[in-house]
Amino acid sequence: MTEKATQIRFHIRRFNPETDTAPSWQEYQLDVDPGMTVLDGLHQLKHTQDMTLVWRYSCRMGVCGSCGMLINGRPGLACNTQILHVTRTALTLAPLPNFPIIRDLVPDLTEQFLKHRELKPYMIRPDTSEMQHPTGEYYQTPDDLLDYLQFTYCIKCGCCMAACPTLATDPEYAGPQPLAQAYRYSRDSRDMGYADRKPSLTADHGIFSCHYGSECSSVCPKGVDPARAIQLMKRQLVLDYFKLLRKKPPCKTLGPNEHAERKANIPAAPPYTV
Amino acid sequence: MNDIKQQGNRLGIIGWLTGGRWGFERYMYSLHRITGLGILSYFLLHIFVTSSRLFGARTWELVMGAVANPVFKLGEFAVFAAFAFHMLNGLRLILIEFGFAVGKAEEPVYPYRSSVNTQRPLSVIVIILAAVIVCVGGYRFFFMH
Ligand code: HEM
Ligand code: FES
Repeated sequence: MTEKATQIRFHIRRFNPETDTAPSWQEYQLDVDPGMTVLDGLHQLKHTQDMTLVWRYSCRMGVCGSCGMLINGRPGLACNTQILHVTRTALTLAPLPNFPIIRDLVPDLTEQFLKHRELKPYMIRPDTSEMQHPTGEYYQTPDDLLDYLQFTYCIKCGCCMAACPTLATDPEYAGPQPLAQAYRYSRDSRDMGYADRKPSLTADHGIFSCHYGSECSSVCPKGVDPARAIQLMKRQLVLDYFKLLRKKPPCKTLGPNEHAERKANIPAAPPYTV
Repeated sequence: MNDIKQQGNRLGIIGWLTGGRWGFERYMYSLHRITGLGILSYFLLHIFVTSSRLFGARTWELVMGAVANPVFKLGEFAVFAAFAFHMLNGLRLILIEFGFAVGKAEEPVYPYRSSVNTQRPLSVIVIILAAVIVCVGGYRFFFMH
C-alpha cells in the first residue's frame, strides 16, 4: 500500500548578502511523503524548484551538527525532523536566531565556537608526560562515567544558543553550549582543570547570567540537557565559594597487569610517532 | 570571511516573549523578570509617595488624594499579584539554581526527558499557589474593603 503524499506549503526565510538588505519570506509548495525529513524536503525544492536555496548540512544523520535551523518556530536539526511529524499543512524554516545570518538558512556559529574555546573544553592535568606517553589507563568507574556522559553527546549545532532568552539580549553571555561543556570536563573524574575554568565561568556574562529559561534543554536534539549541566556547575561553584566543596580525589592510573603474560606470537607495539 | 556582509539575527527583548514556539518555563523566565522590575518600580514610587510627608501635611493630603484614584488601586493589586508570583517562582529558581531540582545526569534515551521535566512539578505548584493567592487576595482586595 502506498500512502498518498501530502501537499505542504514551505515558508522559507531568504537572505542573499550580495543583493538583499534584509531577509524576506519565500513560499514553495511540495508533495511530502511520510518519512521525509526537512533536509530531504530542502533537497527536493533545490532540485525541482529553486536552485538558489542555501542551507548547510553534512552528515544527514544527526551527528555533525551542521543543519540546525528554526523549524516551525523551534530550533532543531533538519536531518532528524520528519516534516509530517511537525505539520500537515505549512512548514516555516528560518535560520537559527541569536546568530548572524551568512545566507538563507545558514547561521554563523563562530561566536559559539570562540566562547566554547574560552572555557577550555578539554582534559587538563598536570601530568603532561603521562598524557602524551601513557604508561597505563586513567581509572574511572561506570558511575564516574555516568556523571558526565550525557553532556558528551553535544554536537555543537547551536540549537540551545538559539533558544536561550538570555542570549537574545546579552551577546556576551557565554551561552548554554559552552557552559555545559565546562561542566562536562570539570565533572570528569580524570580532569583537574576546574580551577583553570573558574575565572571564565564566574566572570561577568558567565554562568551566573543563566536564569534558567530552560529552553536549551527542551530543544536539544541530542538530549544533552545543557540547563541541567549549568545548574550542577553553579551548585559546585556555590559550594566552593562557601568552602563546602569536597575535593575530588585524584584519579588513579592503572598500569599494565603484572600477572599477565604476553603471548609469544604478538609483536611489540611500534614506537611512538608523536 | 570578513568581507562578507552579515545580517544580524539576535532576537532582542522581543525574544523574551516571541521569536519561536517556546515551552512554559521560558515564559516564566520572562514573567519573573517583568514582575521583578514591576515590584522595583512600585518600590521606588512608594518611597517617593511616602516621602512627600516631609513637605508638610498639605502636600501629603494632595499626594494621597492623587493615589486614591482607582487606577492606583488596580496598580496596587497588580503589584500584589506580581509579588505573589515573583516570590513563589523565586523559591523555585533558588532550588533549581542550587542544583536541587534538576536531577542527576542520565543516559539520554529517546524520547528525551530533561531537567525541564524533573522540575516541572515545581512550576505547576508555583502557578497553582500563585493563582490561589491572587484569587483570594483579589476577593479581599476588591470586595471586602
Ligand atoms: C520573597 C521575595 C522574593 C524572592 C524569593 C525573590 C527571588 C528572586 C530570585 C531567586 C531572583 C533571581 C532569579 C534568577 O537569577 O534566575 C530574583 C530576581 C529579581 N528580583 Fe526578586 N525576589 C523577591 C522579592 C523581590 C522584590 C521585593 C523585588 C523588587 C524590589 C525583586 C526584584 C527582582 C528583580 C528586578 C530581579 C531580576 C530579574 C532578572 O534578572 O530576571 N524581587 N528574585
Ligand atoms: S546534517 Fe549533520 S546533523 Fe544534520
